[in-house]
Amino acid sequence: MSKNSPTPGQEDELQLTSTLKRAVTRSLPLWISSLQPAELLPTVILWAVATVVTGALLWLLSDVFWHGTGQISWEFLTTSPSNAGRDGGIAPIVVSTSLIVGVCMAVSVPLGLGTAVLLAEFASNSSGLGQLVRLSLDVLAGVPSIVFGLFGNAFFCKTLGLGFSILSGGLTLACMVLPILIRSTQEGFRAVPEDYRRCAAALGISRTAILWELLLPAAMPGVTVGLLLGLGRALSETAALIFTSGYVDRMPESLFDSGRALSIHIYDLAMNVSGGEPHAYATALVLVGFLVLINGTTSWLAERFRQSKIFVL
Amino acid sequence: MTKPITREQDLASLTGNNPLSMKAERLSLFYGNKSAFKDVSLEIKSGGITALIGPSGCGKTSFLTCLNRLAELTPSCKVSGRILLGNRDVQALNVISLRRQVGMLFQKPNPFPLSIFRNIEFPLREHGVRSREEIDRIVEDVLRNVGLWDEVKNRLKAPALSLSGGQQQRLCLARALALKPEVLLMDEPCSALDPISSAVVEDLITSLHGKYTVLVVTHNLAQARRIADEVALFWVADETGQLIESGPVAQVFESPQHAVTAAYINGRRG
Repeated sequence: MSKNSPTPGQEDELQLTSTLKRAVTRSLPLWISSLQPAELLPTVILWAVATVVTGALLWLLSDVFWHGTGQISWEFLTTSPSNAGRDGGIAPIVVSTSLIVGVCMAVSVPLGLGTAVLLAEFASNSSGLGQLVRLSLDVLAGVPSIVFGLFGNAFFCKTLGLGFSILSGGLTLACMVLPILIRSTQEGFRAVPEDYRRCAAALGISRTAILWELLLPAAMPGVTVGLLLGLGRALSETAALIFTSGYVDRMPESLFDSGRALSIHIYDLAMNVSGGEPHAYATALVLVGFLVLINGTTSWLAERFRQSKIFVL
Repeated sequence: MTKPITREQDLASLTGNNPLSMKAERLSLFYGNKSAFKDVSLEIKSGGITALIGPSGCGKTSFLTCLNRLAELTPSCKVSGRILLGNRDVQALNVISLRRQVGMLFQKPNPFPLSIFRNIEFPLREHGVRSREEIDRIVEDVLRNVGLWDEVKNRLKAPALSLSGGQQQRLCLARALALKPEVLLMDEPCSALDPISSAVVEDLITSLHGKYTVLVVTHNLAQARRIADEVALFWVADETGQLIESGPVAQVFESPQHAVTAAYINGRRG
């Protein structure tokens, strides 16, 4: 008998442990039972953290659903608010929000894509200008929205004379969204393999064609992330809009009219109007639905553009 | 021996009868302050296959990328000296038309994430070939040339990245050939492939003999000996790449003029 072989007593014990192990193994899902003991604790912690995060979000959403669903009706969506928002609906507010977000995107998407392309494809990483722009963008992305609001008020409303208007609000939001959009688009471009560029250049393909046919589609995931983050920020913005688009709740007649955004309506109903809470919840639910709809459409369009250009394996 | 290229020859070469030669004169390249290679003068003979051999890091690939001015994409890169395509300085040529005439095959097969067909069509369209029939014809021609037609003719719309490594490299060659280049630069075109695919690509390179002027970087001395007419050995000396010796394959391999060459080809150095 070699010294490593177990004695008869130990053999029994081994058999017992292996039986136990098998019993435990059968009762657990496969992925847990295949874990080493040392991996068990970190795994449990990671799953717990994920559950807490998801749980918080689900709680929030279900709260809004729970309180909001009963209030939503066709009438709520198609009439103007009355009695300071306690009665009536939110039609002008939905229209104003759409216009503000529309202005914001119409300005920020072309500017953002253009700047990102310039930074990622045409300005070298080490160039002074490139670095300066990148640094400024990172700083801007972290600036509190109220500061953007004050800037928008001073510049768009007063200096440019646009007053409290949907245009001022949309432009202020564009300033807020741009840094996010540019940086994540730029990351998207950076994730495209350098091979494509060299190879296309070696084939004598112009940079514009490379950009449109290969780089932009391949960078699309980054662009989409930027768009979604930007849209989310724009739709949920309150502080920056109070100073710029104002909070008139009438149906806007042009971009130069003041208009109330959904998030401001929620804020107003929840904080300033006693008995406004039911409609605040309902508006919050509409806002969430709006966000899901816009995000879904954006992702779908971006993915369609990507797949119409390149194969994604 | 260099003969001045007449206009007639120049035109003849455009129809594929006699591809243009290339010539580097006292070419040096720096990345920032670091010299990649220095004072290289080399003629790449029309219609021949010239192999660049030498250990890693001696500037072979850098040399290659100067010939189609791809080196210019690297911001810190500085090139001095002169490169002639036929009898014209490449700096005087439009870079797009230069790269149409001087094609390149990379070490790692790099088809675009497009369909097999689009991989060839995209550069063709960029170079002004618009007619559908002509594109179809060229695609079939070049795919036949690289022996890929029968393998892919029923799935031209399939993603190019779904092909095997060897097929991808042949597609890249087809893509380069579609532009009817004069010169083909190849950067270790077989080194990322399995032995069988590598042999197929090697045979293809041999089949280009006479139709294109080929310059191929290789680490595989046996391959250089099999496929090349001329060999040029690069070596690191004085902390920079230098051209040690060049000449017909038989001469360099059987009676090398330089001690380093003799040692390298006999496997004693490098």
